[in-house]
Amino acid sequence: MISLAGRDIAHSWGKFVFTGIGLGLLLGVTLTMAGVYRGMVDDGKALLDNSGADLWVVQKETLGPYAESSSLNDDVYRGLLAMPGIARAANVTYLTMQVRKDDRDVRAMVVGIAPGEPGTPGWPPYLVSGRQITRSHYEAVADVASGFKLGDRLKIRRNQYIVVGLTRRMVSSSGDPMVFIPLKDAQEAQFLKDNDAIWRSRRRTEANPDFNRPGASDLLDAVIASQSTNAFVNAVLVTVKPGYAPDEVAASIRRWKRFSAYTRPQMEGILIGKLIATSAKQIGMFLVILAIVSAAIVAFIIYTLTMDKIREIAVLKLIGTRNRTIAAMIMQQALALGAIGFAVGRITATYTAPRFPKYVLLVPLDSIIGFFAVMVICALASLIAIRMALQVDPAEAIGG
Amino acid sequence: MSVNGIQVEGLRKRYGEGDTAVDALKGVDMQVAPGEVVGLIGPSGSGKSTLLKCLGAVIDPTAGRMVLGDEVIYDGGWKVRDLRALRRDKIGFVFQAPYLIPFLDVLDNVALLPMLAGVPNDEARAVALELLTALDVQHRFRAMPSQLSGGEQQRVSIARGLVNRPPVILADEPTAPLDSERAMAVIRILNDMAQKYETAVIVVTHDEKIIPTFKRIYHIRDGVTHEERGEGRGFA
Repeated sequence: MISLAGRDIAHSWGKFVFTGIGLGLLLGVTLTMAGVYRGMVDDGKALLDNSGADLWVVQKETLGPYAESSSLNDDVYRGLLAMPGIARAANVTYLTMQVRKDDRDVRAMVVGIAPGEPGTPGWPPYLVSGRQITRSHYEAVADVASGFKLGDRLKIRRNQYIVVGLTRRMVSSSGDPMVFIPLKDAQEAQFLKDNDAIWRSRRRTEANPDFNRPGASDLLDAVIASQSTNAFVNAVLVTVKPGYAPDEVAASIRRWKRFSAYTRPQMEGILIGKLIATSAKQIGMFLVILAIVSAAIVAFIIYTLTMDKIREIAVLKLIGTRNRTIAAMIMQQALALGAIGFAVGRITATYTAPRFPKYVLLVPLDSIIGFFAVMVICALASLIAIRMALQVDPAEAIGG
Repeated sequence: MSVNGIQVEGLRKRYGEGDTAVDALKGVDMQVAPGEVVGLIGPSGSGKSTLLKCLGAVIDPTAGRMVLGDEVIYDGGWKVRDLRALRRDKIGFVFQAPYLIPFLDVLDNVALLPMLAGVPNDEARAVALELLTALDVQHRFRAMPSQLSGGEQQRVSIARGLVNRPPVILADEPTAPLDSERAMAVIRILNDMAQKYETAVIVVTHDEKIIPTFKRIYHIRDGVTHEERGEGRGFA
């Protein structure tokens, strides 16, 4: 038996191909949306991978440093280094802000890294050009996605930094490129106020009789000095010695140091389960809507194509064609349309994904699931047309 | 006259019920022998199409008896379970417009019926080509319907009606869209095919040009048929 659907498609291929392209663009958007979600998850994992840490020690009862703000004294790491099982501990600060270069600014996550050497937790694990930060102040390593180049001068708050190195895939959980600067500079940037604010703060302190006692002028100076310095960091990144289980070391930190300590799986759960959960739901809703729109479009197209063949279907039924042959013809056409649409959509998504400002990750598994979802949607969408075709009276082929 | 062919006795068809019921057929008697071509003529609303649909097993008669070939197919109710298979295997249709399947070429338009009946593609195409040759359109066997003239399309349509060697062919105004010359050619072909394949052919027509060619004519008026001898002039 010949394939009626195949013959019909071959006969009116232009109609099918152009309709498939239209559908494909819609499916391309759907696949890209899935890729946006995957990209967010991958960004989160990249953030954790690139930090080089086994444990994140943060302010007690916070989900910091990525999902919530966290503040620790910058000498906490010394006590941690003395604990059994801890190989390295390094302070780190995170601050998402606009980094200026000339007339433009780039949204970036500014990471303050502790002095050390390559491999220190928090440091960019590799560079694509230039060198790591070697000075204590005013040097920066930027992710290439920021658009900065070696030698560029960046402005963070009131200070200028020179880009000495470039790295890749160092992004925040929301996809913002990272800019690494020395820890002291980052602490200052987090806390630095403008001159008017400092002046007003000093006046307020001076007006407070508890701080400005007669005969105790040193006290006022000490209080003002403490207000203008920042001795806090957002987290301490810890690596665990071989042979020690991160869970046990984390439990020990929680018990004896009274901080929150998260292992890699726990931090991944926080990032994916909490930080990007709302975005994931948002994208999920878009995917559902796009799936419904795709189904409606396929149903409409197949219905219209079937309506165009009412007389032929009546003739087919009159000359003895079985209902299942007619139903198969319509369903095969719907599936063919879906296959064309999926191919166009996959190609579209592949070529447009790199042009998106944030990372879009097209996972083969998503494509496989997407393909079967499209096939199911097309099969379901063809049911309306099949129902209509089966109701066609073969007598319509005979006049009168 | 042999009963092989089609024989109809007291066929009735009522549409609706109660006060609104309409008797479209009020006891039609008809008999067409194998190899015979008869005309079925009548004014609009006389019941021609209803009779054709009943004979074609497309709608259910209300009462009567129909014998197709050697098989009683209706006797107060359908005696065959699968009307679709009955239409496919025992009844050939030729329509006013050819209604060829536009996405199949000429050969497959004709071969489709045997293929639907489960005949292997090659075998079905061989039978179809033989018929197309008999109808002198074999040279267009790879053409699409849209590439054929009206006369060629109608000949392909006739080939499709004959391809399963049905005992009866129902032709619904097959010459309506054609000029005189082509209309006569179609009727000639139907006569030739009827005799060659021993098929009973019923031609519903309004076409004054072809009515004189029938040897027997059934007039239908108000749901009742009257048989009369035609002129049987042959073909100009």
